Amino acid sequence: MTPLPDAVVGAIAGVALLLTVVGLVTYVTLLERKFAARMQSRVGPYRVGWHGILQPIADAVKLMMKEDIVPREADRRIFNLAPVVFLVPCLLIFATIPFAPGLGVADLNIGILFFLAVSSMEIVGLFMAGWSSNNKYALISAMRAVNQIISYDLPFLLAALIPVLLTGSLRLSDIASAQSGLWFIAYPVLGQLGFLAFVIASVAAENRVPFDILEAESELVAGFRVEYSGMKFALIQLGEYAHVLGTSFLGALLFLGAWAGPGPEWLGPVWFLAKALFMFLVITWIRWSFVRIRVDQILQISWKLLLPLTMLLVMATAIAVVWRGAPGV
Amino acid sequence: MNATEARTRIVEFPGTVAGGDGDAIVVDVPAAQWAAFAEFAKDILGCTYFSFLSAVDWKDEGLEVVAWVDNLDAPFSVLMKTRLGVGVTSCASLATVYRGAGWMEREAFDMFGIHFEGHPDLRRILLDDDWVGHPLLKSYAVDTPYPPYR
Amino acid sequence: MAADSTSTVVKELDYTGAERLSMNMGPQHPSAHGVFRAILTLEGETVVGVDAVIGYLHRCHEKLAENLAYVQYPSIASKTDYVAAMASELAYVMAAERLANFEVPKRAQYLRVLVGELQRVASHCLWLGTWCMDMGGALGGGATIFLYCIRERELVLDLFESLTGARLLYGFHQVGGVRYDVPEGWASECRTTVDLIEQRILEYEEMLEGNAFFMMRTQGVGVISRELALDVGISGPLLRASGVDCDLRRLAPYSSYEDFEFRVPVETAGDCYARYKVRMVEFRESIRIVRQILDGLPEGPISSRPGVKSLAQVRVPKGETYARVEGPRGEVGCYLQADGGPKPYRMKWRGASFSNLAILPHIIPGHGVADVVAIMGSVDPVFGEVDR
Repeated sequence: MTPLPDAVVGAIAGVALLLTVVGLVTYVTLLERKFAARMQSRVGPYRVGWHGILQPIADAVKLMMKEDIVPREADRRIFNLAPVVFLVPCLLIFATIPFAPGLGVADLNIGILFFLAVSSMEIVGLFMAGWSSNNKYALISAMRAVNQIISYDLPFLLAALIPVLLTGSLRLSDIASAQSGLWFIAYPVLGQLGFLAFVIASVAAENRVPFDILEAESELVAGFRVEYSGMKFALIQLGEYAHVLGTSFLGALLFLGAWAGPGPEWLGPVWFLAKALFMFLVITWIRWSFVRIRVDQILQISWKLLLPLTMLLVMATAIAVVWRGAPGV
Repeated sequence: MNATEARTRIVEFPGTVAGGDGDAIVVDVPAAQWAAFAEFAKDILGCTYFSFLSAVDWKDEGLEVVAWVDNLDAPFSVLMKTRLGVGVTSCASLATVYRGAGWMEREAFDMFGIHFEGHPDLRRILLDDDWVGHPLLKSYAVDTPYPPYR
Repeated sequence: MAADSTSTVVKELDYTGAERLSMNMGPQHPSAHGVFRAILTLEGETVVGVDAVIGYLHRCHEKLAENLAYVQYPSIASKTDYVAAMASELAYVMAAERLANFEVPKRAQYLRVLVGELQRVASHCLWLGTWCMDMGGALGGGATIFLYCIRERELVLDLFESLTGARLLYGFHQVGGVRYDVPEGWASECRTTVDLIEQRILEYEEMLEGNAFFMMRTQGVGVISRELALDVGISGPLLRASGVDCDLRRLAPYSSYEDFEFRVPVETAGDCYARYKVRMVEFRESIRIVRQILDGLPEGPISSRPGVKSLAQVRVPKGETYARVEGPRGEVGCYLQADGGPKPYRMKWRGASFSNLAILPHIIPGHGVADVVAIMGSVDPVFGEVDR
């Protein structure tokens, strides 16, 4: 039997990953709903299946059966294209994540760079959606989105640079294996501050409450997706949760030691998933306990507080690395 | 300024008749003096708090506009009333004296058809622009249908 | 209604943009608190003009009152401010009683105060929840506070249910007294409830005031000056947050309010945070009054009038009066002109929300779109009362 060509292996791995991610994202919504319900002294989804276990499937089926409405005055082509343009980068970010040593689609030598670059591409789809809807709420939301992505991708990037500096490599699997001894979150002072900055910046970069000014359903109704319905709405929703989950995986990889954990080696991906879900729940916890802040305040926090602080942190890390030597490599 | 002092000062204002008892002073004001008395109430009597303004339709005797203002420091209140006269549907506006009168006068215009002269923005407020008639007039039957369903 | 003319007051800013954006907020909008439409004129994201359009919920209560007898209308009166039905019922029956010179037994007066204060607690619960939802969003921390507050409000509504049989629109008051007496065991249930709520309020305060984002969103936003507050005639917590010490329960005590000890909170900042502060104290003071009543509820009849047998049973002599009560949202007043018949000749509702809402065009210009909902929520309008 001849070995399959690389392209075919890549394609099979890609499809397998895609299906896993989509499945995971659907169930992550259930996790969030259950978690939020507990926070709010509710029960959450309970009726569809055992403890609401089939709820995400019911939701998906419902959304598929909804009428697809395109506003008459909307720019049809861009309006229809936007959800896809939004979704693709959100799913693409999973490509570089190694789920265990050697288990990943593409372990690029610039993995983290690819991740950060692709993850901010979602803004294109988002802006297209907001602009083409021909709706004032959506327009304002799109403007806010661009504003916010510019302001928060910088601190997000800088916070992600700290583990990179500590490892001395941009390859994600290198960063992960560098933490087999000491997770970066346990690195004295820098690790904790870096993790904090990463969480704040990722909440903002993912547009979750309290930084969800572009969705802001109490002011802008639903922002850029106000005119979307049915499957297109589902795609946007899917992309959003995929993005959050991807960022959670990145956070778990950069600071929480990725697949490192007690037990046999095959438990590695399980540990990784557990840590990513922990990251996800931290973001969810923030989301369901804060009130939203105003757009000018968000920009102030970013440019006047978060950006200088993360810059200082990166510089301090660099000094520490030169002085003490990197722990991982 | 307390209620007793206020009563003596009101007597000085030409054409008015002060009644009521205790802290609730009722003043009948000639229509021509309406806005002037409001200014007097605000500046001299210290009734800076504007409560409400409305109207009463006395059928054959015409419309009456009523307004209630308070002096919260004393405290006492002044209910000022003016008869517009038979068939008269215009009255001086208090919106420049008390900003709160703006919406109240719009409501009175909506419900009674009283034109408040000098109001900066006299439009219907509760009913639609194309509403026919003014519902709180006694001549407007309670079962008057809305135009498309006449 | 009447939105087409160009009457928007525009606040001049140093704007260099090409055109202004005019945006409709409402009547179907998540933060419209019912059916409110604000036509905002925007320069970028800054609001420079507001045209408030109301009337979507107009039912012409005043015409209705002219066509219903004094014994019929009180239960309709609760439909004006459906979040605080007890206050509007009381305003109407007080006006009728004052004109007819009916005496109200002491027990009935105390019961009126009791339900009035419980109503204030329930209404403020709803206000806090919806306001936080305006700022925090239905998919965020705001919804968490909202659900907590609704949970507490349910407890008060349960009390009302066992007292009157209704949860929202009660028909508790009647001319001459009240309709229902407290059932067996109700008082101890009431005590437990207010104890629990008092403790929960503390939790909310911790959750909100310890939250920097909440403070950023509320402090210095939507400032109402003392002079403007008096001139427009806003009332209740809004007026007290602007530094005016005016509470009708203290200024012109009705229904035996002079028998109870309570504090009237006054703040001077006039912003959203001051309004929040005032209401948070009011929660506690209302609970304090409730406890005082439960401790000393006098014995005796609950109404000076026999049960209703005919519509013309209550005869009110010719005359006019204005009765006002301090509702959760402020001065709820009823101006009554009687001609001696079984029905009022003219009745005017002075809805607290109507006057409070009139402040919006004066304070919103200059704020961002996000602040519009925060200011709206801090005004706490109920559109049943605005549109009547």
